[in-house]
Amino acid sequence: MIITQKKPVEELMGLLGEAKRVAIIGCGSCATACHTGGDPEIAELKTYLEAHGKTVVATAVADYCCMNLGVKGKVKPLMAAQPDCIVCMSCGDGVQCVANNASVPVYPSNNTMFLGEAVRFGQWEEACHLCGNCVLGQTGGICPIAHCAKSLVNGPCGGQKNGKCEVNPENDCAWILIYKRLEALGQLDKLAQTREDKGYRDVSYPRTVSLRGKKS
Amino acid sequence: MSVLQNALDAGKFGVTAEMAPPKGCDFSAQLDAAALLAGKVHAVNVTDMQSASLKASSLGLCIHLKQAGLEPILQITGRDRNRMGILGDVLSAASFGIDTILALTGDHPVVGDCPESKPVYDLDSVGILKMLAKMQQTGCDCGGNELTGPAPKLYMGASVTPLYEPLFLQINKLRQKVDSGAMYIQTQGIFDLDMFRRFLDEVDKAGIRTHIMAGVIPLKAAGMARYMNENVPGIAVPQAMIDRLAAEGERGKELGVKGLPAKLGIEMAAEMIAKIKDEKLCDGVHIMAIGAERNIPAILEKAGVTAE
Repeated sequence: MIITQKKPVEELMGLLGEAKRVAIIGCGSCATACHTGGDPEIAELKTYLEAHGKTVVATAVADYCCMNLGVKGKVKPLMAAQPDCIVCMSCGDGVQCVANNASVPVYPSNNTMFLGEAVRFGQWEEACHLCGNCVLGQTGGICPIAHCAKSLVNGPCGGQKNGKCEVNPENDCAWILIYKRLEALGQLDKLAQTREDKGYRDVSYPRTVSLRGKKS
Repeated sequence: MSVLQNALDAGKFGVTAEMAPPKGCDFSAQLDAAALLAGKVHAVNVTDMQSASLKASSLGLCIHLKQAGLEPILQITGRDRNRMGILGDVLSAASFGIDTILALTGDHPVVGDCPESKPVYDLDSVGILKMLAKMQQTGCDCGGNELTGPAPKLYMGASVTPLYEPLFLQINKLRQKVDSGAMYIQTQGIFDLDMFRRFLDEVDKAGIRTHIMAGVIPLKAAGMARYMNENVPGIAVPQAMIDRLAAEGERGKELGVKGLPAKLGIEMAAEMIAKIKDEKLCDGVHIMAIGAERNIPAILEKAGVTAE
């Protein structure tokens, strides 16, 4: 899941500037789960904007703001309401997808934080850096790229104290977690295996994946 | 050829010290201290923005030391430079005859004094060693392109933290460092020789063969020891040592004499070095005086150790 956080509303108001007629689009997937772009948050923002001199001309929730085809159908009626701008309550990808389908400015209401998981209600943790060359098979299903502050792939640095990371003592040392998991799985031998340096050649942005064989 | 390599390969007791470049462009204090070390140590490590605290670059002070007739060890971390930056610095160093290096991962910028800095970590300590070993084997750079002229011959080292739980992880990484081309290992500061012996046993059991140099940090005061225990991973000064330093501090206060704890610290460091050498625990010592490099000759003299 893509984890998002609401921007301070003052920042959003600054983005809206003189725009009077505002349309709002939320997202039915990750942002709904993060309480940053579902029906309740849209209603809350609508109330706030109308209390601050704006007119909310239309609202919509796309199932996924990151899917171009679905978004196109949701943006059309928003544009028909002739907004000065659209506020998109999704992740950064959703904002771009909506912007590609709108002819007025599209502003984000959220900051996009990371790809992670809902550990428990109301708490999300970063879990994957989308590095493009997954090492989880060697590391007991715990990602050292995302969980180690230095993204170390060959084992820990010397900087842990009582199993906690020197960079943020609230975080566990990723490599100690990996060690404990592999020990429990009877796979400590995996730590002795040397890892080939995967380099960064394949991580030049922006990346594309196409089942059609080429970028369309 | 590396002076340190000559000494260690010949079975001599290796002695290295450590020095940080200035936070500025006046290197005179470092060069004055270095002059006192000439002939007393086999080589001087020059730190690469240790604790992620901004200093002039390691390469700069290494060049100064080399030109002053000392043997520098270029410390290289993966924190601030990608593989191209690291390789470029190593080639520049080699052109000045600086051929002994120590590869480290590097402390994270967030714990240092320029926390906005972007952490690089393109390569960690193991990755740096692998890249430099490959360059020496193939004569090619990190992209596989041929260097003009022969690749420099390097004497490469790495570090280890003997006080670590679970130790398996440090031993495992040590093995990777040695397999990747590290030929000598300097340890984090040792204060408890029993702990160090247990560590060396584990290294032996793991079948890792390398030159190990025990890290020695001369303590200056009880407060310093307490601070390190609280804040420096892998450091544990035993309470008995802290108590001795504190008592010496009190004695100094009564007598109105300053610097008694630091003098005791010199004695304790010398004792430790002498024990390590006499018991042949490992192949040498690496003294990290943390700004008090002027005390190193006295420590070595009291320990009865010379850089043969």
